[in-house]
Amino acid sequence: MTPGGWCCTRDGCTSMSRTDHGPLVDLGRERPQVPARARNMSPIVPRGSIVGSALVAVVAIMTFLASITTGTVLLVSASAAEWQSEVASEITIQVRPTPSRDVDRDATAVAEAVRTQSGILEVRPFSREESAKLLEPWLGSGLSLDDLPVPRVLVARVQPGSTIDLEMLRRRVTQAAPTASVDDHRAWIERMRSMTGATVVAGIGILMLVIVATIISVSFATRGAMAANRPIVEVLHFVGAGDRYIANRFLRHFLRLGLEGGVIGGGIAMLVFGFSESIANWFSGTPVGDQFAALLGTFSLRPSGYLILAVQAVVIAAITAWASRRTLFATLNDIE
Amino acid sequence: MVRFENVGLRYGLGPEILRDLSFAIPAHSFQFLTGPSGAGKTSLLRLLFLSLRPTRGLVNLFGNDVSLLSKDQVADLRKRIGIVLQDFRLLDHMTTYENVALPFRVMGREESSYRKEVIDLLKWVGLGERMDALPPVLSGGEKQRAAIARAVISRPLLLLADEPTGNVDPTLGRRLLRLFIELNKSGTAVVIATHDMTLMDQYDARRLVLHEGRLHIYE
Repeated sequence: MTPGGWCCTRDGCTSMSRTDHGPLVDLGRERPQVPARARNMSPIVPRGSIVGSALVAVVAIMTFLASITTGTVLLVSASAAEWQSEVASEITIQVRPTPSRDVDRDATAVAEAVRTQSGILEVRPFSREESAKLLEPWLGSGLSLDDLPVPRVLVARVQPGSTIDLEMLRRRVTQAAPTASVDDHRAWIERMRSMTGATVVAGIGILMLVIVATIISVSFATRGAMAANRPIVEVLHFVGAGDRYIANRFLRHFLRLGLEGGVIGGGIAMLVFGFSESIANWFSGTPVGDQFAALLGTFSLRPSGYLILAVQAVVIAAITAWASRRTLFATLNDIE
Repeated sequence: MVRFENVGLRYGLGPEILRDLSFAIPAHSFQFLTGPSGAGKTSLLRLLFLSLRPTRGLVNLFGNDVSLLSKDQVADLRKRIGIVLQDFRLLDHMTTYENVALPFRVMGREESSYRKEVIDLLKWVGLGERMDALPPVLSGGEKQRAAIARAVISRPLLLLADEPTGNVDPTLGRRLLRLFIELNKSGTAVVIATHDMTLMDQYDARRLVLHEGRLHIYE
């Protein structure tokens, strides 16, 4: 068809010449002028027909939950790593009192022995008063250590990055005081490591569940939108549109909705972490607040944490688009 | 252009709606497809439009065995076919102009390359003043003309029309028939499904008559 190829006389269509023009259906009016608004203004898929707000809300909630989970896992991991490095940088030596030996002399001998060990930065013997203070929560104040067989404690700080020969240290310590024992906190660190690992695994598990729930929700929303737009899909098929063409028209909407939801959910989660330090301060001094502070430190995410949350929001938006695309093609196969 | 050989069609496990159909639709031909209600006219049109696959037999369209076509190939072939359905199938959120221009839009053509063509055709079918109207405010006859305009705008090689004059008065019906005749003269093969004897009597053309699932051809 060439422009101007449609032509008929006023009495009806008599020829298809490309030069004569006239209406097939003469409505008895003057031939109308070309209207200024006769243009393609409408989108092929009307925006209002996509169940948009519900999908945005679902993606936003899922992104928020995923971000909170990831952020908490990051906080716990960071705090645990901090604890581990602190604990691993110290060695504790206990010198138990026996009736036949002078515990103070033994403690001094052990301190000297430890100081000469390579890799040890500093040795600090706890005084009687300090030991009493450590026991205060259990035994109360005003304690006289002379009446109790309380061991003397020495804390040795290890040079960062150095490896201590523990066997040699133990030999030296027991030579100086046979009743002394060395604790490098390995058991405690292992337990910490297990706890942190369990927290990370639980976090990843929750994250997976959130992602699966997102995919299922998005698939249902896509199916709903496609069912509502079935007449449009059928007409597009009638005029020769392929599945890829139709899917792309819908996909743009779903990608936009997914990004909107991801930005809202991820943004709110980032704000929560941003204000978490202030929120934690409100609770400081209370038993709950102190426990949380002990567990999660300052409660604030590092910049890399925020970057991870932003990447996660984009990934969830991409998953939304992927789930929509998959459902779209599956649904288009059912529509002739 | 279209060739059916021993084609049968049934829905699910039901009886055969169409039986042993063997016929051809040559290029540039004009035919009426008729028969009583429920004879299978719409089903046969859907077979021709590739929105149904035959249960048995061979359907060859534009030199392609349709049983071997992928979905993308079916979409490509449909671009050469125009269809007018009884229920018009206009998109309610698009203006009359946009509905008629839709085949070009789907082809990815620039609007400037077809705008005048669409406007000319709309004027030609008497919808010049209704270009910006949405289908819900069009009358039945106007919708009918818009649907026909959309089907013929890309000048298909094959035009299928299901009761195209069912919603218009006899005068307009005659004029629409003339549109199909002119389109046929310009090279499009036309199949009009109708049981309107008055319409068929107005033009001496081949008649394909469906009766009890079988096809009888009157040249």
